[in-house]
Amino acid sequence: MRRYLEGSHAVAEIVRLCKAQVISAYPITPQTHIVESLAQMVADGELNAEFINVESEHSAASVVQGASATGVRTYTATTSQGLLYMIEVLYSIAGLRLPVVLTCANRAVSSPINIWNDHQDSVTVRDAGWLQFYAENNQEACDLHLMAYRLAEDHNIMLPVMVCMDGYILTHAYEVVDLPEQSQVDKFLPDFKPIHCLNPDEPVSMGVLMGPESYIETRYAIHQTMMDALNVIPGIADEFEQVFGRKVHCLIEKYRLEDATQVFVAMGSMVGTVKEIVDGLREDGQKVGLLKVIAHRPFPKRIVYEALKNAREIAVLEKAISLGEEGPLLSDVKSAFCGQGNQPKISGFVLGLGGRDITKKSILEVHDALSGSQVDVKFIDLKI
Amino acid sequence: MKEIRIHARAGQGAITTAALLGTAAFRGGKFALAFPHFGAERMGAPMNAFVRLSDRVIRLRSQVYEPDYLIVLDPSLMRGFDVFEGFQPGGVAIINHHEKVQCPKPIQNVKVFTVPGNDIATEVLGRPIGNTTILGAFAAATNEFGLESLQQAILERFSGEVAKKNAEAARRGYEYLMQYCK
Repeated sequence: MRRYLEGSHAVAEIVRLCKAQVISAYPITPQTHIVESLAQMVADGELNAEFINVESEHSAASVVQGASATGVRTYTATTSQGLLYMIEVLYSIAGLRLPVVLTCANRAVSSPINIWNDHQDSVTVRDAGWLQFYAENNQEACDLHLMAYRLAEDHNIMLPVMVCMDGYILTHAYEVVDLPEQSQVDKFLPDFKPIHCLNPDEPVSMGVLMGPESYIETRYAIHQTMMDALNVIPGIADEFEQVFGRKVHCLIEKYRLEDATQVFVAMGSMVGTVKEIVDGLREDGQKVGLLKVIAHRPFPKRIVYEALKNAREIAVLEKAISLGEEGPLLSDVKSAFCGQGNQPKISGFVLGLGGRDITKKSILEVHDALSGSQVDVKFIDLKI
Repeated sequence: MKEIRIHARAGQGAITTAALLGTAAFRGGKFALAFPHFGAERMGAPMNAFVRLSDRVIRLRSQVYEPDYLIVLDPSLMRGFDVFEGFQPGGVAIINHHEKVQCPKPIQNVKVFTVPGNDIATEVLGRPIGNTTILGAFAAATNEFGLESLQQAILERFSGEVAKKNAEAARRGYEYLMQYCK
């Protein structure tokens, strides 16, 4: 049903439809509305789940880790400092192969204190062993949560999934979202069937000591699964389309790339603004396109290369930076061309940090700079 | 696409106003994107909320800098603060007026309507919260959605007496603009 509602509320509705059984979170803006809504649903008896209040994000992550290990469907949400406070547990959840789903309402990281949007929080934890997807709008945020549970609990994957949606820009935006029926969700997402779980009747140990003789194999296994997920995702996306009657992009989305010689690459909500610019430049007869990256981990390197191989100038736009190097997405895109015959000019642009508004002018500034010499890091909209 | 900028002070319900406006437009068959410029504000600090209305999916996510429509929920913001910045020719502004604040001077090529939203709200709701009255006036002045769509949005958002009274306040705002301003 098409409804007009706030992004946070829409995500809470999807988590309800996914029948999460244990939810634990510590409120932190801009994620708060999601878990507030879920707490209300549990209190009102609309969602048969246990909502566990905790004193910190470290505990929230630990609660969903423990709950997931007992074989139930779990959910948590956080952002920024909260996500960073979860980090050691995030690695542990992935190592235990637990299908936890987490929403990161993307926000900048302190200091200075800043509660506004960028991608530095989730990009910082990209190596933790979680699949990571970035949403362009609230419909996509909802759809990616449905995909997240399905993928996480797939016996060929069994890894946690983080759905990243821009704080405020998406979480606090009211727009039309097509919410599915319960019967559709039930069809797409059957009950979670764990492979192993904690059960007093059949005791097992999880998270045991694994020394030099076996630890590296666990990393190998997670990495292999990540690579396999790239092949599993398209099939599940097809099923999604059959059940919900709507296409879901999960790895990348190509926008007017066919004959494009200049291509923007971006993740998250800024993609919408870039699409507007691409249309405008196309009207002026310029061969411009956009590659939206949705899966940051696993990074669909081969698919990214195929999509970009005919471009001559590529602008990677990001709301994060590896300080002292360059934007992390830029490094990934460059590596897709490593060892290939064609070497387009690939430049990196950092913008929108700490909530600095990304306007049409910001994207045009990137476009103007793109025809100049190659740059690894150019800050856009800088006031100095 | 039409772009709307709402000026208010934190705590005056600018976000609810934006959401109601978006819902009314959605009820009327349009696409709408409503969002706040959220801040770590204390109560009373100047703040904005934004709405875009269109017949097709809205992709642009930046804030609104060149509004077609303006809503000023707190006229005291017009002291030393240019609410008309970037206002587009042909635009329509609805100002929640009260006597203690001087009305803005007429501006060329735009329509500025002043509506005693808080006074009407005091009569109807018993409290000087003029948001729904101002939205009624907005509907009448811009024709972006009908009064009925707005009242539906209000009934969806609130419940019981509060919903009914706010729907009535919206009607009063609508009629005020129809009778006195046009």
